[in-house]
Amino acid sequence: MAVLIYAEHDNQHLKPDTHKLVTAASQMGDELHVLVAGEGVDAIAKQAATIAGVSKVIVADNAAYAHQLAEPVSALVADLGKDYSHVLAAATTTGKNFMPRVAAMLDVAQISDIIRVDSADTFVRPIYAGNAIATVQSEDAIKVLTVRSAAFDAAAEGNSASIENSDVVKAMDISGFVGEELTESERPELTAADVIISGGRGMQNGENFALLEGIADKLGAAIGASRAAVDAGFVPNDMQVGQTGKIVAPQLYIAVGISGAIQHLAGMKDSKIIVAINKDEEAPIFQVADYGLVGDLFDILPQLEAAL
Amino acid sequence: MKILVPVKRAIDYNVKVRVKPDNSAVDLTNAKMAINPFCEIAVEEAVRLKEKGTASEVVVVSIGEKACQEQIRTALALGADRGLHIETSDSLDSLQVAKLLQKVVEEEAPQLVILGKQSIDSDNNQTGQMLAALTGMPQGTFASEVQVEEGSVAVTREIDGGLQTVKLSLPAVVTTDLRLNEPRYASLPNIMKAKRKPLDVKAAADYGVDLTSKVKTLKVEAPAQRQGGVKVADVAELVEKLKTEAKVI
Ligand SMILES: Cc1cc2nc3c(=O)[nH]c(=O)nc-3n(C[C@H](O)[C@H](O)[C@H](O)COP(=O)(O)OP(=O)(O)OC[C@H]3O[C@@H](n4cnc5c(N)ncnc54)[C@H](O)[C@@H]3O)c2cc1C
Repeated sequence: MAVLIYAEHDNQHLKPDTHKLVTAASQMGDELHVLVAGEGVDAIAKQAATIAGVSKVIVADNAAYAHQLAEPVSALVADLGKDYSHVLAAATTTGKNFMPRVAAMLDVAQISDIIRVDSADTFVRPIYAGNAIATVQSEDAIKVLTVRSAAFDAAAEGNSASIENSDVVKAMDISGFVGEELTESERPELTAADVIISGGRGMQNGENFALLEGIADKLGAAIGASRAAVDAGFVPNDMQVGQTGKIVAPQLYIAVGISGAIQHLAGMKDSKIIVAINKDEEAPIFQVADYGLVGDLFDILPQLEAAL
Repeated sequence: MKILVPVKRAIDYNVKVRVKPDNSAVDLTNAKMAINPFCEIAVEEAVRLKEKGTASEVVVVSIGEKACQEQIRTALALGADRGLHIETSDSLDSLQVAKLLQKVVEEEAPQLVILGKQSIDSDNNQTGQMLAALTGMPQGTFASEVQVEEGSVAVTREIDGGLQTVKLSLPAVVTTDLRLNEPRYASLPNIMKAKRKPLDVKAAADYGVDLTSKVKTLKVEAPAQRQGGVKVADVAELVEKLKTEAKVI
């Protein structure tokens, strides 16, 4: 049986999550199909066809899938998915949104946010904000899984899989797209960045995040935030790292004015190197930091920018 | 308009969890339990809709052992009107929970079902979406704003790239994100009043839903512990270490 992989994209670019899903999928089966659903997704399908290990790309190009709303997309994926042994999507807000509907329509459980594949039916996933790691085995005929992409390496490119059009159209009038407010940024995306510098409540206001920008420019870093900084309105919600924000695992994570609550750690403690800058030497963030610098961030950040 | 709010009893979010020595599960002995934070936000949202005159009744349902009634009482103290406890000692998957809730939706016919987007124990983020699929309802997940209109609801959703707004025809399912609202504290008089609000108890087995799970937990382990490192004296030492020791810049 084959594995169906839902391509993560924004109608313009194929996201690297897709390459990571392919790596996870290759540990479950050897016939790997990638589904690209959206509108005007030709170029994305072509790029998906270059991912090593993919045997076929299925394209569902239709206005019904333009915004990848959960109702039509889940109907499409459940329809196609019934012929597969595994159906995978990234544990992004797109995958988390529609996949449980797919599982319910197929009358199977979903296994969320897997970080390891032990065998074709046994998977490892964090629970309790990553404070426990569960190994679970599924007896369902179709395994519906979301994958934490940060836990898998990206599959290489250099392939030319066949591309096939699907004529399955699931238009629905119970839900409709109204609008979007997307954060425009020249910086790398949080979930794909090698270096992240994040600010917390200690930053005091949104303007002070400019202190992180100079450093981010020099390091080619993405900028993140704690929930407290987002809740206080310093920065938009898409910058939140943590149990309920983004899960990241960069080479270098610099936490500035962040105390290190378990819900924040859940989103970044798999980073290779963690640096903490905090004026409270007892802050729990220092317990996970490779390098801790105790002091006032308003003194330290300009010095750091100058030293880089 | 009737609103149904399913709530889950979960470990209090401040508790540091520990894994049992036999690696069978997380040790919940004597752990402080509470209403899952996202479910509390769901209750608050429903109560606010009632206070605005949009909703006429807020019904809270919880599935699990007898102790769940504490969380139903908490929700009643926050302003919900009546409770339903579906009693079972089985630990259910999201799919079974969603199937039981589907039966409740059939009986209660709510216009809106508001749930937390995930519970902080299993971190599954599934039940609302599954319920929506089973009942054929549209869904607005990870909501940071909910606007009920005539026959529809506009939901602003927190997505990875920013915010997205969708319009759903009613009845619909909404799941809450953290910034939807800040739940109130229950006042003492409201806690006393909650004790007299109606709370029905039914057995899960009576709903005719297959409650067996196809997913087995083989083991639960503590995560690899990260070792704290060193404190550096100043920015110069930090940059030096990052360059020569960690080699990440
Ligand atoms: C269900 C649930 C889910 C959650 N999900 C998330 C999540 O996804 N992500 C997340 O981050 N949080 C999450 N939280 C919130 C979390 O519990 C913490 O409240 C939050 O992470 C705290 O943010 P903070 O560290 O910025 O703020 P604080 O805890 O207030 O810490 C601020 C830190 O800044 C330091 N500081 C202040 N001024 C200076 C200065 N001038 N120089 C240097 N240091 C300074 C202080 O010493 C302090 O350590 C969640 C909570 C719940 C209940």
